[in-house]
Amino acid sequence: MNGETSAARIDGATIAKLARGVRLRDDAVRGQQVLLAPERAMALDEIAVKIVHALDGARSIDAITDAFAAEFGAPRDQIAGDVIAFVQELSDRRMLEILS
Amino acid sequence: MTAIQSLERTTAAPLETPRILPPMALLAELTHRCPLACPYCSNPLELTGLREELTTEEWIRVFAEAAALGILHLHLSGGEPASRRDLVDLTKAAANLGLYTNLITSGVGLTEGRVQQLSDAGLDHVQLSLQGANATMADHVGGYRGGYERKMAVADWVRQAGIPLTVNAVCHKQNMDQLDEMLDLAVRLGARRIEIATVQFHGWAERNREALMPTQEQVERTNATVAAARERLKGVLVIDYVPADHHSTYPKACMGGWGRIGLNVEPSGEVLPCHAASTIPSLRFDNVRERPLADIWYRGDAFNAFRGDAWMQEPCRSCERKHIDFGGCRCQAMALAGDAAATDPVCIRSPLRPMLETAAASDGAATPGAFVYRTMKPQ
Repeated sequence: MNGETSAARIDGATIAKLARGVRLRDDAVRGQQVLLAPERAMALDEIAVKIVHALDGARSIDAITDAFAAEFGAPRDQIAGDVIAFVQELSDRRMLEILS
Repeated sequence: MTAIQSLERTTAAPLETPRILPPMALLAELTHRCPLACPYCSNPLELTGLREELTTEEWIRVFAEAAALGILHLHLSGGEPASRRDLVDLTKAAANLGLYTNLITSGVGLTEGRVQQLSDAGLDHVQLSLQGANATMADHVGGYRGGYERKMAVADWVRQAGIPLTVNAVCHKQNMDQLDEMLDLAVRLGARRIEIATVQFHGWAERNREALMPTQEQVERTNATVAAARERLKGVLVIDYVPADHHSTYPKACMGGWGRIGLNVEPSGEVLPCHAASTIPSLRFDNVRERPLADIWYRGDAFNAFRGDAWMQEPCRSCERKHIDFGGCRCQAMALAGDAAATDPVCIRSPLRPMLETAAASDGAATPGAFVYRTMKPQ
């Protein structure tokens, strides 16, 4: 027995990946990408799909943010806020494995 | 009772069937056989025997039809699904079809080796039932000595195999006051999620009202316990909660609306809009042995019986909540109002609400007698 006993706080240094039992799949019948988890199905927009793909268990949130800022030519602070908020939401729903 | 969040965006259903969206979830009741005898079992009073069960090949065909129809979540349930000798093969076939596979189990019938086989087969998630926070309570409610010890072992095997775990805690008069201990236990067992569901009074539970109906005070305490735990355990344990039905102001949005989100396939292959639908005598159910699943979903009489709102009577018809709770539970309307199209008597606007409240208060105050346990044999 060794359950998690405290919630993870997501910041720029966080490295995470989807927990086992959580997966992104193509939902051909409805023409969308869905994130499946226990008793949950979330339809993701393009940005959310990109974030989920970027959570590879190797890159930090900071590294992901840098890459997005370069790709979209958007302000880094704004992207960092959006990415952290989304990743925190996934973490609070116990959908992530936090590696560091 | 499964609470699937609605997709935020969905495209139109196929052209020939306007307005009916594809289903999200399928509950496969693989068997009615079960070593436990919980007195609130959601299976019907008349249970299906082994010989009438769908074969391995038939179930795999159903899963393939379900995947093509748009089903995302497949719940492997029962009875006790581990009573099926082909459980690993069924899981593997479903996982290969891309279905999200969820095993809903009492744990009894699983071994360490079998849990590993299920993991290797691609099982996504396990829901393990707990009937109480200790062996005395859990084994009393489940009617199976040694069940609790086995569940503790199963939770450990599931965690070691790396499969995410949800604890299912059905609450009622006799175990509700242990809820804080159940929450602690779920965390200790490594569960990421708990489903706390207050007993719904259909079928077997209806026969055990005096033994199971909580008091108003218990319901209020439980609501407060859940609210506090959601705060305390945020990011640690996801809590899904089904509050006491008869003590609510408005009825539950039963099944997320009739024929809107999910369907049940019975051990014999009958397809039901919800697990209690066979208590509505006017409905006839199609069988996957005779009709394709998509045809049953889009065109089956039982599924179309209470879709939309054209079937509604007053006070539902003109109610601003009719697309929130869909008039509540059709089976409860049948059982208590004698009319499956009536307003669920739980609703504060139902003329039968005072009667329901009086009965709930009386059963809540009653000293629990012996359980009428679920059994395959007619009583």
